[in-house]
Amino acid sequence: MNEMTNKWIGRRTIRPDGAEKVTGRAAFAADTTMPGMIWGKLLRSPHPHAHIRAINTAKAEALTGVKAVVTARDIVDFPVDKSVMLGIQDMRWMCRNVMAREKALFHGHPIAAVAATTAEIAAEACKLIEVDYEVLPWAIEIDDALKPDAPILHDFIRFEGKPSNIAGKLEHKLGDIAEGFAKADVIVERTFTTRPVHQGYIEPQACLVSVTADGKATIWSSSQGHFMVRAMTSMLTGLPQSSIRAIPAEIGGGFGGKTIIYLEPVATMLAKKSGRPVKMVMTREEVMRATGPTSASKSTVKIGATKDGRIVAAQGAFYLQAGALPGSPIRGSAGCAFAPYNIPNVLSQGFDVVCNRSKVTAYRAPGAPIGAYPVECVLDEIAEKLGIDPLDLRLKNIAKEGTKAAHGPVYPRIGFAETVAAARAHPHYQAPLGPHQGRGVASGFWFNAGGESSAQVNITEDGNVVVTTGHPDIGGSRASIANITAELLGIDYRRVSVLIGDTASIGFSNLTGGSRALFASSMVVTQSIEKVIATLRERAAQIWQIDPEAVTWAEGAAHPAGKNAGNFPPLTLAEIAAKASATGGPIGAGVQLNTTGAEGGFATHICDVEVDLELGIVRVVRFTAFQDAGRAIHPSYVEGQMQGGVAQGIGWALNEEYIYNAKGQVDNPSFLDYRMPVCSDLPMIDTVIVEVPNPKHPQGVRGVGEASIVPPLAAISNAVHNALGKRFYALPISPPKVLAALKTTA
Amino acid sequence: MSDMRYVVPRTLDEAVGAFAEAKGAARILAGGTDLLVQMRAGAVRPGLVIDIKKIAELTGIEETADGGFRIGGAVAGARLAEHPRFGKVWPGLLEAINLIGSTQVQGRASAGGNLCNGSPAADSVPAMVAAGAVATLQGPKGRREMPVEDVPAGPGRTNLQPGEILVGFILPPRPLGSGDAYLRMIPRTEMDIAVVGCGVNLTLKDGVCTAARVGLGAVAPTVLRVDAAAKALIGSRLDAAALDAAAAACRAACHPIDDKRGTIAYRTEVAGVLLKRAAGIAADRAKGA
Repeated sequence: MNEMTNKWIGRRTIRPDGAEKVTGRAAFAADTTMPGMIWGKLLRSPHPHAHIRAINTAKAEALTGVKAVVTARDIVDFPVDKSVMLGIQDMRWMCRNVMAREKALFHGHPIAAVAATTAEIAAEACKLIEVDYEVLPWAIEIDDALKPDAPILHDFIRFEGKPSNIAGKLEHKLGDIAEGFAKADVIVERTFTTRPVHQGYIEPQACLVSVTADGKATIWSSSQGHFMVRAMTSMLTGLPQSSIRAIPAEIGGGFGGKTIIYLEPVATMLAKKSGRPVKMVMTREEVMRATGPTSASKSTVKIGATKDGRIVAAQGAFYLQAGALPGSPIRGSAGCAFAPYNIPNVLSQGFDVVCNRSKVTAYRAPGAPIGAYPVECVLDEIAEKLGIDPLDLRLKNIAKEGTKAAHGPVYPRIGFAETVAAARAHPHYQAPLGPHQGRGVASGFWFNAGGESSAQVNITEDGNVVVTTGHPDIGGSRASIANITAELLGIDYRRVSVLIGDTASIGFSNLTGGSRALFASSMVVTQSIEKVIATLRERAAQIWQIDPEAVTWAEGAAHPAGKNAGNFPPLTLAEIAAKASATGGPIGAGVQLNTTGAEGGFATHICDVEVDLELGIVRVVRFTAFQDAGRAIHPSYVEGQMQGGVAQGIGWALNEEYIYNAKGQVDNPSFLDYRMPVCSDLPMIDTVIVEVPNPKHPQGVRGVGEASIVPPLAAISNAVHNALGKRFYALPISPPKVLAALKTTA
Repeated sequence: MSDMRYVVPRTLDEAVGAFAEAKGAARILAGGTDLLVQMRAGAVRPGLVIDIKKIAELTGIEETADGGFRIGGAVAGARLAEHPRFGKVWPGLLEAINLIGSTQVQGRASAGGNLCNGSPAADSVPAMVAAGAVATLQGPKGRREMPVEDVPAGPGRTNLQPGEILVGFILPPRPLGSGDAYLRMIPRTEMDIAVVGCGVNLTLKDGVCTAARVGLGAVAPTVLRVDAAAKALIGSRLDAAALDAAAAACRAACHPIDDKRGTIAYRTEVAGVLLKRAAGIAADRAKGA
């Protein structure tokens, strides 16, 4: 399947959803309306930490125009002593996140919701809800949450036997680090911090929910998985999954942030109570205050190497902010940090720290950039101390087929060394630097994922193809599926229509997350098409009255083969489709699988920065990303994923951060002051797609959406060091920090 | 839930009448790029919105016989950019006005609104101050003029009297050998608010600075006119010592706050850097003129 004779796989075809999007006609979640629709609004906590003694909604309910009020009492309670998992989410925490139960745990935590005939009345009614709070001291930063006298968020959480804000610990161990460090000629140990950063999707969360009198709910919303929307809404409202139909809207960005829900169960209960369709749309401010960014972190990494550059031991302790409820991505940090290297002795620990800020949500390779950043910076120092080129140091210690990783697996064929070699050989790596410029490199790993996927492939009566899958298309998966379908059936890609089915029209398909969507859906689509082709061969055999085994499928048509070769003119897809009813009925097939074999993705980045020495501004002037895609089904969208990850990494490294005021409130809840990079902040990000096919996938696909955000934090930090001769151990490397550091030198 | 009225007067008298009558419950709408955002955020809830974009005097750009300019208070940045002469005479001021918001925002945003919004970080204001621009105001008691630097009273406040509307700006004629420049520090490259902004306007004769004005933004509750910096430049050949003295004067004039956009130390340091850089650009333009 990976030979270069492919006609459509690897082609930059036009994406099926392109015209609607560039003409502004694509329907996003907030575009849906219904007759009789009313508006839902949330009352949010004004305090970062408080007991909720009582809530009185009588005045709000009495306001003209108010149709329903909902509090935690209307949401299914999952007691804290028993974990109920849905994917990686624990419903104990989800139910407390969508509506505060015993306590308000962050400023902006939902306390109650109102549905009214206008959004203004709903907002007015929220102000009439009386909440009796017992305000508590709060802890926002990791250091504050870990102090001996820190306010404890959850009295049911114990760490080492004592009440604690450390909600969990994870450990990966390989060999014996004490023995390993004893063999080291050089050891570098450093502590690093990163700030929480938001996914920054342009489309705020929004939904419309209608519940009929007999309890059937229809949900229109944008998410990274409408089956997740259905399952979570079911669990939080008590409606069975069969009574909920979740219809995916086009999604205006997710980056992991839309792998959980906020509004849908609330809107469902408001709709059920009021008997009217209820629409809820978050403002940007609500998104910034109450939806999940990824964690802040404090990490200490220690790496030992011999004089010739062999890494003999590595240790990492990664403390991640979970936000108000447990569940920070410590697995991503502790697991991915050392994964690119063949290190005999590793101890990698992650600590999940709760604090009074919004619950973190997945963000592109959750936890992995936080893990890789300190490791890749320490490697840079080791390379410097040993006088070894940093890419050569990586090649000396590179993980490859057969390497045992600390997080568990023994790698099959992977394409990491190829990315480093491609970077080493690229002209960028040797290009001369200008004044006040510096160059840095770093690598990164992401697990990738498979999981449940369903597809249905139908041949239309006029001989074209409709493919339905169940993963929302965030990064061009429909375009890629069209390429694969066209390739396998031997027809023009424009004859293939690819749709995302809702929860009632296609089987269970897991979230678009973990870089799984194309990996998993192309597996079930491929198997479905194989079944369709078998049917097409049977129908042709029937028409020709020969044995189906004597029919081959090529170039979009059935051909007689073997002793019948040449006896009949080929039958095209359209000709067979036209005779489908006469030969046994409609032609189509569906396949559902729990897919496996998504092998890890690796990336290596080269970054050049230029520093304005008087203003402290760091600008990225050149960036080249090398990544193993396995097989690039649609190169434009592989490149888009690589560039997107880099762009977000640049923001994380240089400017983005949540700023809190003295009252424990986010002080910059807008795109104006939460400084994500804009187009003019970025150079054209060059991409080099490395293709080492995944042997466990029919097309050789490896996920590409996430590995790209893993290296930039360190690549940029290392480049700043190369430019200034100073190392920064805290992100973002913002102008005031740079200027202060330069002044200390002078 | 309260009602809001919207009026579009065709004459200044009508506008002033409506504004005065509303007694503080009204807001003036020029481009609306601040007002509408504030209304959406619930920060202001005016009972009356007076749209001044249909008043001829507020939307004109006029080059006066003496070589000066009159700019209507509601003229959008994009209109100024399209004017054949304005950007040649006042390149720094035009750059400053065109830094307000994005390309789309430029289609609406006006220098008049930028001044009346009262932000200490307003981009056009330090350049206006450096240019020596004078604001024309009209209110129930008639018309008066006020130097631009006297208009801001503090964050979100101006010294306009109740019922007074900013009619426009008067820019003085340019002596030969003049140039201006505006620079701001933002962490990004676009779509941001000045952490520090600095406008410099100067005149050179035989390489010697004969006149200079300096405006500094985002380093105090109001945009500042820094006469000490101007004094350091006047009489010099803009040599390193003069620029250092002017930069030091800018730093001394700063009394900023620590906030989400910048620190006291950083803002103070950067004010001097921007003065030097802006003076350099203004001098190059003066020599080219």
